[in-house]
Amino acid sequence: MLYSEKVMDHFLNPRNVGEIEDASGTGTVGNVKCGDIMKVYLKISDDGTVEDAKFKTFGCGAAVATSSMATEMIKGKSIDEALRITNKAVMDALDGLPPIKVHCSCLAEEALHAALWDYAQRKGIIIEGLKPPVNDIGEHDEVMAY
Amino acid sequence: MDKIYFDNAATTYVRPEVLDIMLPFFSERYGNPSSIYEIARDSKKALEHAREQVAKALGAQPEEIFFTGSGTEADNWAIRGIADLYKNRGNHIITSSIEHHAVLHTCQYLDKNGFETTYLPVDGDGLISLEDLEKAIRPSTTLITIMTANNEIGTLQPVKEIGEIARKRGIAFHTDAVQAVGHVPIDVKAMNIDLLSLSAHKLYGPKGVGVLFVKKGVPLKPLIFGGGQERNRRAGTENVAGIVALGAAIELASGELGEESARLSKIRDKIIDGILSSIPHTRLNGSREKRLPNNVNISFQFIEGESLLLLLDMKGIYASSGSACTSGSLDPSHVLLAIGLPHETAHGSLRLTLGRGSTEEQADYLLQELPAIVSRLRDMSPLYEDYLKRKG
Repeated sequence: MLYSEKVMDHFLNPRNVGEIEDASGTGTVGNVKCGDIMKVYLKISDDGTVEDAKFKTFGCGAAVATSSMATEMIKGKSIDEALRITNKAVMDALDGLPPIKVHCSCLAEEALHAALWDYAQRKGIIIEGLKPPVNDIGEHDEVMAY
Repeated sequence: MDKIYFDNAATTYVRPEVLDIMLPFFSERYGNPSSIYEIARDSKKALEHAREQVAKALGAQPEEIFFTGSGTEADNWAIRGIADLYKNRGNHIITSSIEHHAVLHTCQYLDKNGFETTYLPVDGDGLISLEDLEKAIRPSTTLITIMTANNEIGTLQPVKEIGEIARKRGIAFHTDAVQAVGHVPIDVKAMNIDLLSLSAHKLYGPKGVGVLFVKKGVPLKPLIFGGGQERNRRAGTENVAGIVALGAAIELASGELGEESARLSKIRDKIIDGILSSIPHTRLNGSREKRLPNNVNISFQFIEGESLLLLLDMKGIYASSGSACTSGSLDPSHVLLAIGLPHETAHGSLRLTLGRGSTEEQADYLLQELPAIVSRLRDMSPLYEDYLKRKG
């Protein structure tokens, strides 16, 4: 399996890793069963512009790279523009992913949408065309650390 | 530092002295062993010499050794061959839940074709229980197939005792010894083994050659039909160069086994102790005592294996993992799940398998680089963030 140079660059030098303390919205998607969890933090200004985006990801090289690219792409966008960031757009920006890794790019799109959904809930607004996230995070809360 | 190859369970290089021995069989000594003239007789002699070398290494007779195209083929042949041979007596097979896919998928195929397989569970160390085995035996059981050493976690099964039980009950016993031969002592007689699979490229021979040992008196039918090679049991012109190389490699490995396994065990233990003591939230997978001398398998909580491998690669260290992303499926290793690991811990596993090129210095370098790599991945892991918050 071969990753593109862009994927390797975003994996080795991930942009926007971290948390935003006073985030306007956060979204966590993925599933420990298949080994990918992405958490996205968004800071959205009063006029509805995504000012900052951060992420934390448990996952493979593709999962980290798509998180990095997706957060890069959403920064500076209006909410409408942010909604149009698709998994395909993230994948294209990374010069593609190996076929078995395509689901990682879906996760990035879902994570952005989940964070936007959280923002809308907090603000009490409705974002046209945005669906509630599917919450399938599980299991890890029950795991004992050693 | 040169690249560090810690993936010897995946494959090994061909030893230079083995390569020297095999090369002429591609060029000058190319005769077909089935032909009659001089260069053919030369090939035939070389083939039979290799058979003797393999037999000697296993404590077997040369006529009990059959060359195949891979360890996988040997596993397929043993299982399907025995199932077919005794199908009038019964249709039940016993195996373990942590076998290599060469065994598991063969049994699953048979399950869909009128056979029934019991997949024995394993304990936290990856060991089957002999009591479970005895209980699983039915009047219709014709085959027990349990691996000698596990390819992921290195656990060594009580092969001799399994063989004893099988023999007492009149059941054929096959063991996939692909990871074991050349690394731990094997004696098919003393260990009550009826059939055994091995592969050349795990012991410094080339890829594309395997062996099935079949005890004398077991009239196994062929899996592959065609010419009369391998005494009518395995058709196809012999891979003479590969077979000659296997013979040389297994002879060398047997001669060095005691010394090399002591040397590797020491490096193995240094790595295991070093990781467990310097990196928190880690656990050793597989038995500490009943373990291949060259296997380290450790789970790092809160991180994912493929990311770990990519960062190790950047430091010049080659290793493998049981994470889904490296298995090409969405599920992590069936072996790690079978020993009771939760999914996320199975995803964060690292397998390091040592070999002839491994040194104490390489272990030191790994131990020096690994903590920072694990920290880096934990710092970007939402699972670790959650853990720290829960811990307060």
